Amino acid sequence: MAFRDDVRRIRAIAWKDLTTERRSKAGFNSVAALGVTILVLFGFALGPDAQALREAAPGALWLSALFAGVLAFNRSYQVELESGALDQLLQYPGSRWVIYVGKLAANSIFVGLMLVIVVTAGIALFQIRIPAAWPSLIGVLVLGAVGLVVLGTFYAAMASRSRAREVLLPLLLFPMLVPVLLAAMSASKALLNGDMMHEAGAWVKLLTAYDVIFLIATLLAFEYVIEV
Amino acid sequence: MATVQSELAIEAHGVARRFGARWVLRGITLELRPGEIVGLLGSNGSGKTTLLRIFGTLLKPSAGTARIYGHDIVREPNDVREDLGFLAHTPGLYDDLTARENLRFAAEMLGQPVGANLDAALERVGLTHVTNERVRGFSAGMQRRLALARLLLRRPRLLLLDEPYSNLDSAGIALMNSIIVEAGHAGGGALVVLHELAPAAGVLDRTITIVNGRVAESAPAPAPRVRIVAGAG
Repeated sequence: MAFRDDVRRIRAIAWKDLTTERRSKAGFNSVAALGVTILVLFGFALGPDAQALREAAPGALWLSALFAGVLAFNRSYQVELESGALDQLLQYPGSRWVIYVGKLAANSIFVGLMLVIVVTAGIALFQIRIPAAWPSLIGVLVLGAVGLVVLGTFYAAMASRSRAREVLLPLLLFPMLVPVLLAAMSASKALLNGDMMHEAGAWVKLLTAYDVIFLIATLLAFEYVIEV
Repeated sequence: MATVQSELAIEAHGVARRFGARWVLRGITLELRPGEIVGLLGSNGSGKTTLLRIFGTLLKPSAGTARIYGHDIVREPNDVREDLGFLAHTPGLYDDLTARENLRFAAEMLGQPVGANLDAALERVGLTHVTNERVRGFSAGMQRRLALARLLLRRPRLLLLDEPYSNLDSAGIALMNSIIVEAGHAGGGALVVLHELAPAAGVLDRTITIVNGRVAESAPAPAPRVRIVAGAG
């Protein structure tokens, strides 16, 4: 019964977050626009050399997703803070990890949609050739996005209690995401180049381990970071 | 679930809280019996809201202990929240959801059914004409009424109300008072943070005044509530 209540609460939080984002419009549009703009800027910085663009594409894609994602994670708690809704949210019965999982679900959908737009734009801008192992590439995108969302949602909760949350979140998040970005970029690059050295598997294992460890750790720690 | 060790609605001993080096509460000891409605008075910055937030499990005390219906607020916060109805100073609503959607979300979070009870709550607070309108366009008073409707979705054993009369017109104040009195008659307690006694006249049993983070006075209300006694008349 308690588990059913928790599932109901998680679903309600995810629905609420997605509905408010969909209606405010500015949120998703600005996040997606920022992601694509960063890609374009990378394109200008790298110049017209098609080979150089293809080489740099995985890094540019993941960094665009990271910067745009930070905006999304901040917004996820901004909605709660605007009219004191966070206190009300914390007042409802039940365990507080359900708030984290609900927000995680909403942010996963949000960042997933943003990634679809950024990757599509990246394919066009960086003249990426779709590899034969494209299902594996999608798997890497999903694992990388999970790592990004797990840590982004967690640290956004931690930063939400601070007045300087917009500055604090990148400072807390970026160092923690280095392993995720390194593994996701390396696996993506290997797969885009045909994975001749069979190195993508090792990066995928690292990415998976990192996702699992941090999902469990953040679930256990959320209750403490959201409290005053 | 922990064993219930007390029948008191609130039992606090030496509750203190500091923010940085500043002590806002300096050892509050008070009791609130089931069915009792108590007004918490004090000047700005005296620590009323901080105390309410501690009882509401939104803040942890720096020292002291408190129990809500026997459940320790620090060790058993989930059990405490099962008994509470909390109305903060800010309405805690989502601007981009409609009135009904806000209530639906609250009902889901409270584990309550989602159906006619939402409409009944909206009708009770007089917001049926804006059921499907977004909260963004509501006045402060309408938002307060909607927050009140959220409180009506279930019958908590203890109401913690932070300046519940702010932004309410005379009809809203009467509505708020009727809800508080109903809670008292049903055997639930209520702790109401107030700036002035006038709106709560005839509702309170007792007042507690806090000065500089300490209980300065606990006295019967000037115009105490008329209690309904079973079998009387």
